[in-house]
Amino acid sequence: MTPSKATPLLEARELSKRYMVGKTFMPGSGRAVHAVDKVSLSVWAGETVGLVGESGSGKSTLGRCLTRLYDISGGQLLYEGEDISEATARELLPIRRKMQMIFQDPSASLNPRRRVRDMLAEPLAVHKIRPRNEIGDRLAELMGLVGLPVEYLDRYPHEFSGGQRQRIGIARALAMEPQLIVADEPVSALDVSVQAQVVNLFADLRERLNLTYVFIAHDLGVVRQVSTRVVVMYLGTIVEMGETESLFAAPAHPYTRALLSAIPRLSASGERIVLEGDLPSPLDPPKGCVFSTRCPLATDLCRNERPKLTAGANGRSVACHTPLAS
Amino acid sequence: MITALIRRLAEMVFVMVGISVMVFLIFFATPGSDPAARIAGRNATQEAVAQVRVDFGFDRPLPVQYVLMMKRLFVDRDLKSFVNRGQNVIPQVLEATPITLSLVFGAAVLWVIGGLAVGVIAAATQGSLIDRTLMVLALIGVSMPVFWFGEVMNLLSQARFHDTWLFSWVPALGYKPLSEDPWGWFKTLVIPWFSLAVLYIGIYGRVLRANLVEAYQEDFIRTARAKGLSPARVMLRHALRTSLIPFITMFGLDFGVLVGGSALLTEVVFGLNGIGRLTYIALQNLDLPMILATVIYASFFVVLANAVVDFIYIFVDPRMREA
Amino acid sequence: MTDPIRPALLDVDHLKVSFATDRGRVTAINDVSFRIDDGEFVAIVGESGSGKTVSLLSILGLTDRRTTFVEGTAAFRGRPILGLPDRELRRIRGKQIAFIPQDPLTALTPVHTIGWQIVEQIRTHETVSKEAAKKRAIELLDEVGLPNPAAAFGRYPHQLSGGMRQRAVIAMALSCNPALLVADEPTTALDVTVQAQVLDLLKRLRRDHGSAIILITHDMGVVAEVADRVMVMYAGRVIERGTAREIFAAPEHPYTWGLMASIPPVEGPRPHRLPSIPGTPPTPANIPPGCAFAPRCAHRFAPCAGLPPALSASGHDAFCFLDDNARAAGRAALFAAPETAA
Repeated sequence: MTPSKATPLLEARELSKRYMVGKTFMPGSGRAVHAVDKVSLSVWAGETVGLVGESGSGKSTLGRCLTRLYDISGGQLLYEGEDISEATARELLPIRRKMQMIFQDPSASLNPRRRVRDMLAEPLAVHKIRPRNEIGDRLAELMGLVGLPVEYLDRYPHEFSGGQRQRIGIARALAMEPQLIVADEPVSALDVSVQAQVVNLFADLRERLNLTYVFIAHDLGVVRQVSTRVVVMYLGTIVEMGETESLFAAPAHPYTRALLSAIPRLSASGERIVLEGDLPSPLDPPKGCVFSTRCPLATDLCRNERPKLTAGANGRSVACHTPLAS
Repeated sequence: MITALIRRLAEMVFVMVGISVMVFLIFFATPGSDPAARIAGRNATQEAVAQVRVDFGFDRPLPVQYVLMMKRLFVDRDLKSFVNRGQNVIPQVLEATPITLSLVFGAAVLWVIGGLAVGVIAAATQGSLIDRTLMVLALIGVSMPVFWFGEVMNLLSQARFHDTWLFSWVPALGYKPLSEDPWGWFKTLVIPWFSLAVLYIGIYGRVLRANLVEAYQEDFIRTARAKGLSPARVMLRHALRTSLIPFITMFGLDFGVLVGGSALLTEVVFGLNGIGRLTYIALQNLDLPMILATVIYASFFVVLANAVVDFIYIFVDPRMREA
Repeated sequence: MTDPIRPALLDVDHLKVSFATDRGRVTAINDVSFRIDDGEFVAIVGESGSGKTVSLLSILGLTDRRTTFVEGTAAFRGRPILGLPDRELRRIRGKQIAFIPQDPLTALTPVHTIGWQIVEQIRTHETVSKEAAKKRAIELLDEVGLPNPAAAFGRYPHQLSGGMRQRAVIAMALSCNPALLVADEPTTALDVTVQAQVLDLLKRLRRDHGSAIILITHDMGVVAEVADRVMVMYAGRVIERGTAREIFAAPEHPYTWGLMASIPPVEGPRPHRLPSIPGTPPTPANIPPGCAFAPRCAHRFAPCAGLPPALSASGHDAFCFLDDNARAAGRAALFAAPETAA
């Protein structure tokens, strides 16, 4: 799909994000929380990587680190092979254009006092993406891409429904002509019937514009629908990743299996594995495997030694001492 | 808890030192003015000015000047304001303090009770005639200048209706110390308290009502109602408790600032020689030592009030305990 | 199902709810009738603006009386409860009908402990000592599966995780042994693994306490997990009603088809495109006349400009003009041969 098959579009090498909590002006106070703990992940051009996990898994934080919306605390981040982990805001500017983010709540990220036209036109003018006399045509084109009538350009955000607002959010990201879009829970605030429309829109846009996505969601059905590859996160680390259909059909990590079995189905099928308890506190993560406190199969080894994410057959990687047989 | 307390105290001291430095720099290190001449007073001789310059170290570097000044203010406590016939500064501040504290403290009791009552009743009867009447009254209270309202109260109680049963108990303007004449203290202060509190009852009542109305949109109020609790219980135990934070914040700021001298207008109208008046006169005469003393005094109360408020937060809202 | 001698637990008849807004009266709920018997697990499904939550809040008298107008009747154990004076309604609310809200973080008063809030409810409805109420509260917290219930009693809501908070809220709802539990999206704010725990808990409680449960949700999957009977709401009306088995085997209303088909599956073949319903659900202020779903419906025809015939009193029925053959054909087109990935 892209000329260089050898270089991923975006690559994270042992990327970490730490927060300090309870820090005062006293030196040495406060404790570090590892929201994302040494995550290595490559995003290849043309694929859609689905990031799944429950709240506290670090999937949103990782998404924001990948676009350098957050500064990263450790590891490296490379865009088309270029190290951007320490890049300054000025250096990032050309890359920011190629990497756009879409958020969960479209109304929170749209300025209520500005018309859609102004919101979409501004980045075009600022980044000099199009000459001034072509902006009007481009706006119409963008509205067409996201399936909204051109007349809506002159409306304000509050005149739209949730689904339409999300379409405008998408149009704004597309205005920059990005290569990569990181979408953080883009459909979870929408009604089911509207959610399907927006999921289809993401698929259409990928085909028409050759986009690469990192798609963050807690809804496994949605992730399965849009992703070519899925990354399962738990407590700031990747526990499993692999090709979508095979991962859903035969999860290798006990957490992935429990997550899949917990989804309510329209037709009752199979035994449900109900996990005990809650996610451990990120302030005090388990010494061994992050999932060992809730894993029905945990052994002493699991409780004492953290398994590494190891690549297996068919591009599947699992961080588990005793992965489930497929 | 203990460490939090100590940390807060350390912060208070830090802030006050900062304020004293700033005040010092503004009044003593402003280019083009000679602090020695100011302190020596208007018709002072060259020798007197020179003497002051040596005494206060104005011929030495600024940090030394600052330390000397603070030493005289707090350790030796012999700082004199020359223009004010050479009286010591500290005793004057100490004399004015109980007057201002009496005034503000009494008014604070009134405005807290009044503000709570207005806010709660208006929110409970939201949209009704009672609510609207209370809000109009509160607005009037907010809009009336305290000096005008105080003068009107004086006119009524001291002149026009002084001889009627309504106001015959009102003593002449001035202050009677609490320790000497508690009843007289109370009687002289009732009308000043009320005059000062009216403004704040209006503000606090309106703010509290707005917060309560907002709280009633919260899910937990719906839960409380779904539990079958009485409206009074929903209001007092659920809505009010969670709406108090802005109320307390405002109280901390207002109380500190008023004790620090902002009750000036009320003090003047009712002939109370409090801190506000002292500061006012000092500023008029550019009495630098007195200004320094009253500003530091005022900052002490503002900082103290804020520290107290922080502790009340912890008591009122458990979510603040972990922060 | 209908016992002629014993009145239904909750019998709602021709419920209509309207709001006063800046642009005049807006009808959010129209002609909603249903009955619930002891021990039943009924799900009300719908999207935002369908009126699923408002209909139950209005029955419980939890809507704002100054701006909300409730018409029709609702009887609890044969006793009319709409328009009952607040004092009387309060004796039923919390004691016989308990409410489980959506987001347990915002639904608990942040400044009181979990235990305090449960004890408050018990002592509002029963004259028991503080100690007895506390003992009961701790038992309840234990029953809903909070580890270390005695410690949880003294915790503030923000100190518990989402799942634990929802359990605490459920414990509070159970504290007076209600005959009916109304749960408004009780698992929407929770993660899937925690949602599974809470759904299991609700099923167990129904078994152990015999309370009837009304579950309000937008998630057809959740409905399939737990409900005996289902009502689908759209734009303020019940548009389909039946047992869960009937509805999942053969949904009759085109909206229900769309709702079920637009859920991306987690197993089986991946459709190339998700079947979706065009447009957006109407808000109460702009509900179209006639069949409110018609503008989004692929099967609309001339009669849809008018109001479809009312639902039959019992059994599986849809609020739709399509006849049985047309329904079978439409359903088959959507479900039988899903277009798989090319």
